[in-house]
Amino acid sequence: MKKLVSVLTWILLIVWALLVLFPFYWMLLTSFKSYGAYNAEFIPRFIMTDPTLDNYREAFQGVPLLKYLWNTLFFTLCTTALMMIISVLAAFAFARLRFPGSDLLFLLLLSLMMIPAELVVITTFVTLTDLGLRNSFPGLILPSVASVFYIYLLKENFEQIPDSLYYAAKVDGTSDLKYLLRVLCPMCRPTLMTITILKIIECWNAYIWPRLITDDPRYYLVSNGIQELRENGFGRENIPAMMAALVVVSLPLIILFLVFRDRIMEGVARGGLKG
Amino acid sequence: MMEQKNYRAILYLLPALLFLAVFLVYPLADVFIYSFEEGFNFASQVYHGIGLHNYRYVLRDPYFIQALRNTLCLVAITVPLSTGFALLISVALSSLPTLQGLFRTIFFLPYVTNTLAVGMVFLVIFGRTPYSDGLMNALLSVVGLGPVDFIDGPYAAKMFVLCFYTIWVVLPFKILILTTALASVDKQLYNAARIDGTSRARIFWRITLPMISPMLFYLIITGFIGAFKAYSDAVAIFGTSLNNAGMNTLVGYVYDMLYGDSGGYPSYASAAAILLFLIILTITVINLLISKRLSYHTGGSVR
Amino acid sequence: MDVTFRHLTKRFPARRGSSAKEVIAVDDFDFTISDGELVGLLGPSGCGKSTALNLICGLLTPTEGEIFFGEENVTAIPVEKRGVGMVFQNYALYPHLTVYQNIIFPLQNLKGKDRLTREQMRAKAEEAARLVQIGALMDRHPSELSGGQQQRVAIARALVKLPRILLLDEPLSNLDARLRLQTREEIRRIQLETGITTIFVTHDQEEAMSISDRIVVMRDGRVQQIGAPQTIYDDPANLFVAQFLGTPPINVFHGTLQGRRLLMGGVPVLATDTDEIRQITVAIRPEGFIVDPSVPFSCSLQAVEVMGRDVSCVCTHPAMVNESGRMRAIIDAGTRPDAGVSDVHFRLKPEKVLLFDPDTGERLYAELSTLR
Repeated sequence: MKKLVSVLTWILLIVWALLVLFPFYWMLLTSFKSYGAYNAEFIPRFIMTDPTLDNYREAFQGVPLLKYLWNTLFFTLCTTALMMIISVLAAFAFARLRFPGSDLLFLLLLSLMMIPAELVVITTFVTLTDLGLRNSFPGLILPSVASVFYIYLLKENFEQIPDSLYYAAKVDGTSDLKYLLRVLCPMCRPTLMTITILKIIECWNAYIWPRLITDDPRYYLVSNGIQELRENGFGRENIPAMMAALVVVSLPLIILFLVFRDRIMEGVARGGLKG
Repeated sequence: MMEQKNYRAILYLLPALLFLAVFLVYPLADVFIYSFEEGFNFASQVYHGIGLHNYRYVLRDPYFIQALRNTLCLVAITVPLSTGFALLISVALSSLPTLQGLFRTIFFLPYVTNTLAVGMVFLVIFGRTPYSDGLMNALLSVVGLGPVDFIDGPYAAKMFVLCFYTIWVVLPFKILILTTALASVDKQLYNAARIDGTSRARIFWRITLPMISPMLFYLIITGFIGAFKAYSDAVAIFGTSLNNAGMNTLVGYVYDMLYGDSGGYPSYASAAAILLFLIILTITVINLLISKRLSYHTGGSVR
Repeated sequence: MDVTFRHLTKRFPARRGSSAKEVIAVDDFDFTISDGELVGLLGPSGCGKSTALNLICGLLTPTEGEIFFGEENVTAIPVEKRGVGMVFQNYALYPHLTVYQNIIFPLQNLKGKDRLTREQMRAKAEEAARLVQIGALMDRHPSELSGGQQQRVAIARALVKLPRILLLDEPLSNLDARLRLQTREEIRRIQLETGITTIFVTHDQEEAMSISDRIVVMRDGRVQQIGAPQTIYDDPANLFVAQFLGTPPINVFHGTLQGRRLLMGGVPVLATDTDEIRQITVAIRPEGFIVDPSVPFSCSLQAVEVMGRDVSCVCTHPAMVNESGRMRAIIDAGTRPDAGVSDVHFRLKPEKVLLFDPDTGERLYAELSTLR
């Protein structure tokens, strides 16, 4: 009985692991099949016979994939950097610089976490359209910068640093800003890194807002790029080239994940994001 | 201590407050106003009345009804299935003597990948190729079933693909949360129960489940909210013209109203978004009430 | 650098919703600490001594009154610019910086013409490290150091910028007993070597007595007495001071002045020069007792504790103020009472007997002498 449970456990886990990995395998596999070979298959082939890099060439030449990647990188870096600066400053103010009404203000801030993005996207879209910010990087970046959740997470972390360090820094003639940069941030580096990585993942996969605010391919991010590719580009018939594009788009994040997997998983577990 | 110079705090807060005000607070107020402005014209920014017309229109729109039906169907299928399945896998994973780290890493992989990208792989797996019915049908024919057109075929087949993919996407998060919750249960409780001769099944039902119940309820609540907001998954498989595919979701309806095929009606979009919000709010309140009655309280471990 | 307090007062407002009233943590401080002095602020916990320290360094601003460093009024100068060095109770070392980086941290805050080059910083840091003898630990992180070493780093960090005043908050409380002895000698040595006016806070009277030039005894925010350790011990201003200083603590009795004699438990113990007739509180240091079977004052003996050269007699006497009636006399081991004796008769040393007003606790002065 005990043995049977153990065997079933392994089977369950291995089957699910295969189900998780299979789409990635299929994506990779198909991306190396030639256009002709793929379309001529009567029965799908599970192994590679004639690997070719043509699809990758096609992916980069057929659409401005490099441009999309560059846009996404730029968008991700700007958004993450701005978000970090704003959140760190705000969290510091809430955690350290007590001021009249700070508790109330923080409570109000927390209540903003309950507002679903779908509700505010509409007016934001109208506002930015009125400002003529459609198809522009400011239009892409600005609404994605503010994050109540990260401010909350940082504030909690900042508050764990003993008060006496702040007083010691003050007695030694340190300004608030310098204390933040020289003492608080280095001490909270794990949390800062977790937040940075989570935000990068969020930005890289962003689809809904970029889709609304851009309709000019020059400002497409990878998500919009591949969607566009699939509906109006070669993705309609050239599946292998499509898969090659998907591999290129997915790879950076998978590498990032494999490098920082413990930190990312711990951060997500702590934050309970993507609710 | 340090009671002087409080005004400086405002300087540190200013950027965050500015962004939140412009992109969260103001839009929130505005969306309600939009939803009551009748006949709002995007180009001229004028409207000719205040009332419930937008809500009436949305509720009578067959596309909204369709989106509502799809979303409810998705919620009803994926939330119980994904939660139950995540619990099963997490318990199995926690009982593993070795390789836990490897499995955890693999299981988490879908979380970090682009929903659209993998969705398109699912499209390829379930779809046809020029000379075959595709991979999934090839597998089905082995057991004598088939061929089914999953992408353009019967509603049930399309809904199956969507649900399958949704579960595939949401499971990593749930497994991670549950394995973390399981790992944090005090091992001494298990030892004590084993010394008392408690059976494994009884340990699970009487100790493990009550101890992780706060997290489980948290997952169910967020699961409901997430499933009601489904959109990207559907786009990935059925394309942006979800109305034509008959697979639109409520969020998809909002965005299509705002901008898209039928585009340019922020008033209708606002009304639909508020209806969606009300539905989610109701479900969440019901969930909270139920969980409050059933949950084992560990002193605020739910966050 | 002198430090002068002029009517310094700090009030904390009552918290809303709680029944607690306004707290006066520091009440009308008005005295001067001279240049180069080592002064201990002594008092039980909650007496306001830490508040006083925080007022001096500028972490708190006074409700009333002023603080002067030399001629300069520093009351309104913010903490960053006050130029004091401070050692915190838990040391407050930056855990992510090495010992060396911790020590030069204050120097890196200097701006403008005070700015130092890298070499100057290193020289100053090494000088400070030499003073506290941690030169070999410069590249370690605080977590790799023992409590005593962390303490030294904290002192080095406070000294490196040559502060006008050095403040120490309970500097020995986080150390074990052996290190405590060693470190307090160390603090004294460093203070003498640098000549910096130093103020430290402690609740341990032994600590304060052993190294201070002068002690400020505080209670409920008020200064009770200021003076050299020996003066305060021998000549306390009130009963609180008398009780707070000295181990074992002073023994307090109910007594009566009558017919030019001091009576305790109805029997005469000492002669006085006053004709007054009144109730009085009598406090006798443990070392003020001499075994003398010929006098009437007797206590019932409970136990004898051997201390080496001396022995400590634990006795009870009905006139004791505390309810247990327990008192302690320290006598020469040669005069210890025989085993099995139940009553001991004591003669008192007049200079070890102090008189206080039973109502106010204020010291009363009267000439006391042995009865003939």
